[in-house]
Amino acid sequence: MSAPTLATRTPRTKTPRRGKSFGIDARPGFLTYGILLAFFLGGAFPLWYSMVIGSSTGSVFASTWPPLLPGGQFWTNVAEVFATVDFWGALFNSIIVSGVITFSVVSFSTLAGYAFAKLRFRGKSGLLVFVIATLAVPTQLGIIPLFMMMKEFGWTGSLGAIIVPTLVTAFGVFFMRQYLVDVIPDELIEAARIDGASMIGTFWHVAVPAARPAMAILALFTFMTAWTDYLWPLLIAPQNPTLQVALSQLQSAKYVDYTIVMSGAVLATIPLLLLFIVAGRQLVSGIMAGAVKG
Amino acid sequence: MSTLANQARGTGNPRNGPGPTADVRPPRRRPQDDRRKRRRHSFSRFDTKASPYLYVAPFFLLFGLVGLFPLVYTFIVSLNDWDLLSGAGQWVGLENYRVELADPYFWNSLFNTFSIFLLSAIPQLVVATFIAAMLDRNIRAKTFWRMGILLPYVVTPVAVTLIFSSAFDEKYGMINNLIGMLDIDPVSWKSEVFPSHLAIATMVNWRWTGYNALILLAAMQAVPREIHESAAIDGAGALRRFFSITLPSIRPTMIFVIITATIGGLQIFTEPKLFNPSSSALGGPNREYQTTVLYLWDLAFNRGDFGKASAVAWMLFLIIIAIGLLNFLLSTTIASAETRRRGAPRFGRRRRNPRGIPIDTIAAVQFPAAEPADRQEPKP
Repeated sequence: MSAPTLATRTPRTKTPRRGKSFGIDARPGFLTYGILLAFFLGGAFPLWYSMVIGSSTGSVFASTWPPLLPGGQFWTNVAEVFATVDFWGALFNSIIVSGVITFSVVSFSTLAGYAFAKLRFRGKSGLLVFVIATLAVPTQLGIIPLFMMMKEFGWTGSLGAIIVPTLVTAFGVFFMRQYLVDVIPDELIEAARIDGASMIGTFWHVAVPAARPAMAILALFTFMTAWTDYLWPLLIAPQNPTLQVALSQLQSAKYVDYTIVMSGAVLATIPLLLLFIVAGRQLVSGIMAGAVKG
Repeated sequence: MSTLANQARGTGNPRNGPGPTADVRPPRRRPQDDRRKRRRHSFSRFDTKASPYLYVAPFFLLFGLVGLFPLVYTFIVSLNDWDLLSGAGQWVGLENYRVELADPYFWNSLFNTFSIFLLSAIPQLVVATFIAAMLDRNIRAKTFWRMGILLPYVVTPVAVTLIFSSAFDEKYGMINNLIGMLDIDPVSWKSEVFPSHLAIATMVNWRWTGYNALILLAAMQAVPREIHESAAIDGAGALRRFFSITLPSIRPTMIFVIITATIGGLQIFTEPKLFNPSSSALGGPNREYQTTVLYLWDLAFNRGDFGKASAVAWMLFLIIIAIGLLNFLLSTTIASAETRRRGAPRFGRRRRNPRGIPIDTIAAVQFPAAEPADRQEPKP
């Protein structure tokens, strides 16, 4: 670090740090910000580029010098998107599918996570080891029997068929267990029980309020995972597409018109972008608290 | 966390009074209404005994039905000559495995999967660590930068592929246009092996690097500042501290990131599926980037050979589990070797360490547990 080492300034961060800073808490120079800015722009550019192409004509897309400013064609292209796929229907499907999956995963994970964190029962540690072991199991590889099951039940093409395979996740249970084990003092549960609360009453009045922050984070990530899923919805219900499937159908034609595909990509990104603006801070803290890839 | 506990207390049973104390005693027994009490008591016992099982049951039932059963059943299907339309055929034992292991297309798909995986995992880990180190410094507007690097994560893989697919278009794409201005011949991004792998790895990297940087950042922040301070007092520069303190401390988290990246990366599907829609075969005109899941998909749902496709699924499953276990064993071996030395991690050979960070400093390095990071709220 090039900053002068013995400059003892009171650190401006909220957490007071003892002793002299010896440079390690000094504000970094422009280089750090420059690197971060470059990385940020690299992350944002493809999004910007999709907006530029999505609002241009085909000839602009093919021009030698890449266009950098949006054109005026966005609504024309969007109209073309709406004419090609049932965008609103797909959006509706995605909302239903992701919503139901999120509700189910969060409810069942909280229940099971609470039992694993705070209740005593025979076989608990064995079952917990089982949950942890299945964290690493790639369940996606079971698609062939799942496909056969759905066909057998006659569910193919329905939203239910998309939803059912992801109603619970081992990760959710483990995540809630890890959170609740520290957060609820055992005495609190004992006190509620002694006061005559039933087990489910104790769960509802003691565990759920305490679990709320973790439930929110789990909900956020489950929703995003369900929303971005592509393989299973494509396989089981291509005629009743979710947003991702509909989006991919934009380019399945023989001739790909990238301007229309890009305007579709922009449209399909808006919902999650809104979520990011509203809950981006929670996303960041959720990842830093040890969330797992979906 | 104490605020949470308080919150929980506040919404608890109102008869609770001032919350739990150390000596909570059961209420004194009164001799009235004995029968009702006994009935209530037996219900309460049943409640206590049965409730935990009721709470975990939905998870195990559903997970067994839609998670584990299909995996096990895949194995049974793989032992049969099973067709998409005509259903179960003859029992063939391990024949499907033998055929697939002799099929060059299967090996091709494995090669493609691993090539794309390595091209994405390695640069991603290096860059994510670097970015995390930048974020770990005492920068201004922390939350802004953290959110900023996460932006690509909100773009779904389908949209990412569509965007990059247009940029990598062989005739008119932005990238070939740009390198054309440097007088470089256009690259066949969608019909040659290495360029297509590079393009697909770029998509994966673009979406996941910021995400992994945040995980690594959390691990870096768990390293006590005092260690950095005492190392700095002893004259270790920023670079030196990064390699001798930061990197060894975040190793468990790195292994965690590698394992999750392996599980996800070896099942890559969306990107190669949508990269070139006008290609005749799935995954490139000559299967240049046909990954194993794509090959499985082709076998099962285009050619209808469920038996062979299931054999492929099981082999991929075993590979993923094996790599996961290998990573895990490797990390526990390293960790236990370190515990035996009473928490003194080895920072390279001692003689490569002439200026030397004092041993107490080294011994004070706390290793985060197997979990990626402490549950710390980032300070905005």
